[in-house]
Amino acid sequence: MHSYGYRANALLTFAVTLLAVMCAMASLSDNRNSPSPFAHVQVLNVNWFQNQPSGADEVSMAMNISADLQSLFTWNTKQVFVFLAAEYETPKNSLNQISLWDGIIPSKEHAKFWIHTSNKYRFIDQGSNLRGKEFNLTMHWHVMPKTGKMFADKIVMPGYRLPEKYR
Amino acid sequence: MDWQGQKLAEQLMQIMLLSFAVIAFASGYIMASFQMMILIYAAGVVLTTLLTVPNWPFFNRHPLTWLDPSEVEKHPKPQPSANVTQKKKPVKK
Repeated sequence: MHSYGYRANALLTFAVTLLAVMCAMASLSDNRNSPSPFAHVQVLNVNWFQNQPSGADEVSMAMNISADLQSLFTWNTKQVFVFLAAEYETPKNSLNQISLWDGIIPSKEHAKFWIHTSNKYRFIDQGSNLRGKEFNLTMHWHVMPKTGKMFADKIVMPGYRLPEKYR
Repeated sequence: MDWQGQKLAEQLMQIMLLSFAVIAFASGYIMASFQMMILIYAAGVVLTTLLTVPNWPFFNRHPLTWLDPSEVEKHPKPQPSANVTQKKKPVKK
């Protein structure tokens, strides 16, 4: 501790180490949060349903998406990334997952929402398997922290079905 | 700074930073504000820097007693003796 440089170095090193400890504790405190999220999707209408020239089925639909993800937010949450995926089985793949819509929720106030939208991303199959197909709509989310561990979870909403014929 | 001052500076720095870290985390957690934690801690780091890095007088309360210049002159610096050079002379049997 005999010179300015020596003391400044020791101080900065210790200060940054303590900062790392504080951030680790902040991340650990997220484990104390037990969230109770809610989500519901209503498929209002199948806008169109075709077999494309490429050979793949494609469907466009209008949906009401409502969710309350406020309980996911903690003091250490930067934002929540949420996306809605259609999940179904085909002879070729045991699980197909297609992201239909996503969004970023920047704060707790924005986490309770209701939107009316058509699918943001194309609902295309790897083939022509979608006629009469039963599928789940799963809402996935990633709770992105300010510092530390990211938590991801989902709500599965089963019981949706595509039309039997193209339209 | 003298030796006691250096020890004081080190201890003061460690205690202050640790205290501010604890206070900052507790405040941030209770107020549910990450920003509050960072702000309090940053203020603490600045305060600690101002208090422990500069060479304040209270770090020099036990100064080292160096020898007075008039005393130094009374005791001339010993010169290296001529015997030293003879050590390497090979001993003939």
